[in-house]
Parts: sequence; C-alpha cells; structure tokens
Amino acid sequence: MSTELLTISPSPHIHSELTVPQIMRAVIIAMVPAFLFSIYNFGLGALYVTTFSVIFCVAFEYLIARYLLNKSASIYDGSAVITGILLAFNVPSNLPWYVILIGSAVSIGIGKMSFGGLGNNPFNPALVGRVFLLLSFPVQMTSWPVAKATLSLDAVTSATPLGVLKEGLRAGESVDVLMAKMPSYIDFFFGLQSGSIGEMSAFALLLGLGYMLYKKIITWHIPVSMLITIFVLTGIFWLSDPNKYATPLFHILTGGVMLGAVFMATDYVTSPFTHRGMLIFGFGIGLLTVLIRLFGSYPEGVSFAILIMNAFVPLINRFAKEPRYGAKRAKDKELETVRH
Amino acid sequence: MSLHKHKTFSIGGVHPDDNKLSAHTPITPLELPKMVIIPITQHIGAPAKIIVQRGDAVKAGQIIATHEGFVSSNIHSSVSGKVGIIEEVMDSTGFKHTAISIRVKGDEWVENIDRTDTLIEEIVLAPKEIVARIMESGVVGMGGAAFPSHVKLSVPEGKHVNHLIINGVECEPFLTADHRLMVEKPKEIIVGIKVLMKALAVDKAIIGIEDNKADAIEIFENLLVNEPGISVEALEVQYPQGGEKQLIQALLNREVPSGGLPSDVGVIVHNVGTTYAIYQAVQKNKPLIERVVTVTGKSVKQPSNFLVRIGTPVIDVLIGAGGVPEDTGKIVSGGPMMGKAIADLNVPVAKGTSGILLIPKEDSMREEVYNCVHCGKCIEACPMGLEPYRLLLLAKKGNHSRAKEEHIVDCIECGSCSFVCPSNRPILDYIRLGKTQLRKQKKQ
Repeated sequence: MSTELLTISPSPHIHSELTVPQIMRAVIIAMVPAFLFSIYNFGLGALYVTTFSVIFCVAFEYLIARYLLNKSASIYDGSAVITGILLAFNVPSNLPWYVILIGSAVSIGIGKMSFGGLGNNPFNPALVGRVFLLLSFPVQMTSWPVAKATLSLDAVTSATPLGVLKEGLRAGESVDVLMAKMPSYIDFFFGLQSGSIGEMSAFALLLGLGYMLYKKIITWHIPVSMLITIFVLTGIFWLSDPNKYATPLFHILTGGVMLGAVFMATDYVTSPFTHRGMLIFGFGIGLLTVLIRLFGSYPEGVSFAILIMNAFVPLINRFAKEPRYGAKRAKDKELETVRH
Repeated sequence: MSLHKHKTFSIGGVHPDDNKLSAHTPITPLELPKMVIIPITQHIGAPAKIIVQRGDAVKAGQIIATHEGFVSSNIHSSVSGKVGIIEEVMDSTGFKHTAISIRVKGDEWVENIDRTDTLIEEIVLAPKEIVARIMESGVVGMGGAAFPSHVKLSVPEGKHVNHLIINGVECEPFLTADHRLMVEKPKEIIVGIKVLMKALAVDKAIIGIEDNKADAIEIFENLLVNEPGISVEALEVQYPQGGEKQLIQALLNREVPSGGLPSDVGVIVHNVGTTYAIYQAVQKNKPLIERVVTVTGKSVKQPSNFLVRIGTPVIDVLIGAGGVPEDTGKIVSGGPMMGKAIADLNVPVAKGTSGILLIPKEDSMREEVYNCVHCGKCIEACPMGLEPYRLLLLAKKGNHSRAKEEHIVDCIECGSCSFVCPSNRPILDYIRLGKTQLRKQKKQ
C-alpha cells in the first residue's frame, strides 16, 4: 500500500446502512400486502392496472430525465416504481390503459419532473395524477367493478361505501337504513368492500404500516394524528346526530383514509420535516378530509386534503421546529441556589 | 446490570455499531521509536514557544516549548535524545505546523519524575498549586479537543461550579483507550478526581460511562462504595453521549446555553484520560508525554491499546499492531465519527490522539449522493436540535445571516446528520463551510 492512495475526506467516516434505494425498496415491500389483496379482490384487473402504471411511470421518468432534462436516468432510486404503484392504488381496477398512460404522464411529468425530480416536487405525484384523472375522466374513475368479496351483495354496492352514504343521505335516507345495506365493520377492516385498487383492506395497509415503522422508514406521527383527527371529528358529528352522520369507525375504515394515512400522506418529499410539523400536517389532512366528506359535493376527500396540505408544508417547515438544545434553561433548583 | 433504563441525552442521537474490537486488549507500552516529532501546536490556543535548539540533548519530561499566554500549553520532550530539525510538518489536522524532531537515545527521564506504580493518595498541594502544576505539566483535554486543562480549572469570577463530571463515555465506535484506562487504572483515576475536586472546591463528582463497558462500571461501583462524593452512572449507548453538552444534560438535566460554557450551569467536565494525566502530573510530577492510543479497524491484525510517547509517528504505532493491512483505504486519527483522515504515515501522535483507525478501501469512499428526500432523519439525529438539511442549503447559498439565525454556530460537528442521511448528502461538510465563512465575516 502506498500512502498516495489514502483517501482523505472530512468526518464522519462511517455511514448508516439506510440509503434512498433501500428506503424505496422497503416502501415497495410494505405495499405488497395491499397489492396481493387487490388481486384477490379484483382479479387480474388489479394486476394489469398496477403493471401498466408502474411501467408507464418508470418509462416517463427515464425519458424525461434522459431527453428533456439531459440528466442521467434517475430510475434506479425506485421512486418512480412507488409513484406507479400508488397511482394504481388510487384508481379503479378496470381503468383503460390509455387513461393510466395519461395519469402516469401527469404524475411523473407534471407532478414530479417539472419541479426537478425526486425531492423537489411540492405535491404528491401520484395524487396529482389521480386528481387529474378524477376531473378529466369522472366516469371511468368512479365506476368501480364489483369486487369478488362483495359479489354476494346487490349491484348497488359496486359503488363505494362512501358513495352509497353520500347518495343515500342526499336522497333523504337515514344512516341506519344505509348502513344496513353495507358490509360489517369487520368486512370493511379486512377489505370486503368496493373502491380503488389499494384502498380496500385496512388490515393489509396496517401490515404495511407496521413494516415501515419496524424498519424505521417513517414515524407514527402523520398516520396517527390524521386518523385520530378523523376519528374525533366524525365522532363529534356522529354523537350530535347519529341519523345524519356515520360512525367514526365507518369513516376510518372506508374510502382512502387508510391508504392516505399509511402511504400517501407519509411521502417524505411532500410532508414536513419535523415531528411537530408532521402532527400539524396529519391534523390538517384529517380536518379537510372530514369537511369534504361531510359537507362537500364529493363523497371522498382524502386526495384533495393531502394535496391542499402539501401546499402548506413549506410554511409548516418554517415554523414547526423541534426543541433546540440550550434554548430553555434547566430548572434545577440546586442551580438556582448556586446562582445567588 | 439493573433492569431500569439507563440515562441518556434527550435530543437526537444515533446508534452506529460500536465495533470495540480492542475492548479486552490490555494496554501495553509501545516500543520506543527511533525518532519523535513533537508539534508545538497540540492544543487549542496559542502555539508554545520553542526553548531548545538543534543539537541540544534532552531528557524525557523536559520542557522544550513553553506556553505563550494563558490559553496555551507547555510541551515536553517525550524521549531522551538529541534535538534534530525544527520545521513545519503536516500533523493530523492536515495543516503544517512547526514541530521539534528528537532523535531517540536511551530512555533517560528528568530526575524528579516518579515513574513507579505506587499509588499516592494523599493530596498535599493547595488548589492553586494544583492548577499551576497541571499547567506546568502541559495537560490538555485528551478526549480529542485538546483544550488546556488549567484553563478549564480556572473558573471565571462570578461563576460557581458545584459538579465535576468525568467523561468515561467513549461513544466513538472502535475506540477503547479510555475503557482500558478505567479498567486498569481506576484507583489512579479516583485520586485524579479528588485532585480535581480539591482544585475546584466541589463536593460532587459523577463518572459517566456507557453501559457497553460493564466491567469499568462495576470496578468503579466497587471502589466508590466508601466515597460519598463520587458516583458512577451507567449511560445508554447512544452517540454522541460523550459530547460535553449531551453528557451534562444526560446526567444532571442541565442545558448549557447557546454559546455558553459548562461552568454557566455549574459544571466542569474532564475526560478520564485527562483525569489520569492530572493524577500523574499532580501526584507523580509526571508531565503529559505519553498517552493511550487505540489502534483498530476491521482488517487490523492485532487491534491494540498502546501506551505511546507523544510525537511517535503513526507508522511506528501501526507496525506495533501488526503492520498496515493490504486493503487499507483510509487512516483516521481519532474515531470514525469525528476523527480526521490523515494523508501521511509520518504524522505524529499528539496529546489529543485517542486512536488510529484503519478503514478498508471498500468502506473509505462515500456513496452516490441523491437529492434530499425530506425524510427528516438529520433533524431526528441532531443532538443540538438543529435542522441540518436547512443549514446545508443556507451554507451552500452563502446566506450566513440566516444560517446564524438557525443557530449554525451551535453545531458540535458530531457528524450524526451526515451519518444518517439516506441520500449521502455532505451535510456536515457544508455546515463546517458555513461556520468558517461566518467566522471570516465577523473578522472583517
């Protein structure tokens, strides 16, 4: 060994095991239970949509990075794969391929690469694509195929539970009557309901959450503050008028709440840096979701709530700081006496 | 070990693998080198003034450079022999500093130095004399920063110190010099603590040790049964537990104010290695001319703890540990989190050199850098509660006034942010840059 070959660099000289590609891999693993359940529930449709979405997203990322931005391809970090899966998780399993293509183009092109790629996008790319599709293809985006698990029910239930609730309430029916048409909470929990590919099973999503918490990929702050906010707010309304408002448990277990809390709101890039900021962020999403669900014209509001709160993230980052060492003087009685 | 959780600091922190390969290797004196190179700047403060000339014969323990002003330190010859060239050499900081080379001949010591192992418990010197002796003996902080110890012991008027903390944490992975010293010289360290307590007129001292050194904790627990003023406290293994500010908070729940000193909260902290050197200076009249150095690394044949004369070239220490492994890519003076990579194997061991770490080639380069993904792990890790990602951006932009508002000067440069960053971003590099430029700006 000659000394000319020694590496010189400033400290630290060691690095933790966790790197961006590993984080992305762990997130993908965390999505596997929900993905498998969607195939069980919707059959090959879910597989096709997810596969198309992933291929399109990765392809757009590669093409844009390579030919529009003249950067080396950034697909190896795995983030485009996650965007693809999450976009698929947020759409019905019978979505035509060209709609997925458009959704992927918007997600990656407008939602992510137009801001400079991974780490620079203010809005969750998958949700940008999803909302674009919802507004552009309202029919395709809200006609859910009858899920295997809900086959035993009549045709009406191929609408989502939230859709049934919203329509029913508009038609003047009471919550009791509407709930009688729907699966039980246990069925909701395990995913025997109708909706987008990845939002079915709270159980499968919670498995993913558990895995990400165990692997220290994310912290509990965003999911917990978002879920508690939704539970408490819908609980207050439910207690005030059980005929007009559904139970908090219903709100937690239906629609995109679990998917949003576990995978969409916890996206690093578009959520706050600090734990305090995360708590505020989760609270904001919960609040907006409840307002849209109970008083808006859409039956579901998680996507909009997350996108709106994404816009507040820079502001939250500015003010929600962690306690700093030395900012407060220790309240040591002994020390006080010493000072005198 | 007790069932309840051990104390730790409350903000931030990381958990690198501790890799204490040489924890059970006893301290052995390293063979005397042929030549030593003794820099006159081994401490924080003014360089010492050289008082010898080329050709002078010197003995081990003889002063060869005297302190210039109060914040400075005496430098002693660590060997007997003839003074050679006095010139600028590169030291472990990577900068050139003046150093005195001494060609070793025999091993003759200054007469009044007690080199025996006899424990001297009775402290005859008065507090002021203790501080003077420590200053004379060239004792500086041996945990790495090398701040002159007599300065720390001269508490400014109006400040009152009521606790002495002895830092036996050794939170840097790989390093075991302090650990071995605590296991092998606990009685001397306890006398050293009493010397410090006398000098500071405090009646409480706490030795903080991370609980991966159970043997050291047990030894002190047993020895301190009849010492009401001194206690030992086991601490959780968490980096940077040995940071002065973190240690004070972990043990006493006091936070040193921003820009302040431990004495602002009634505390003085000394490292165990320093405490041992103080014992030797005060009780045995032995100046700081040798120290324990851990030589370690995954490919090192015999990870060791050597008693090394100050000024010994790194290469001589490495030969003592079985030579330089074939796959070595980086040599670090100090630990992996805060140590400095050295460019030259002739760099001398200084008073602040706690270890020499050899890093294999495959681990010596940094990995690919990705964009910041806003994961917030640097904020979670920062033991000062800062926002490292933001400091990087501000330093990069040259926005020093904003960086100052974000408390960039509070950064203790522990490296936890760079360590955890999953995007391998050079966070601490930029923070250092920001701090340096802020200092330059102030001077103008």
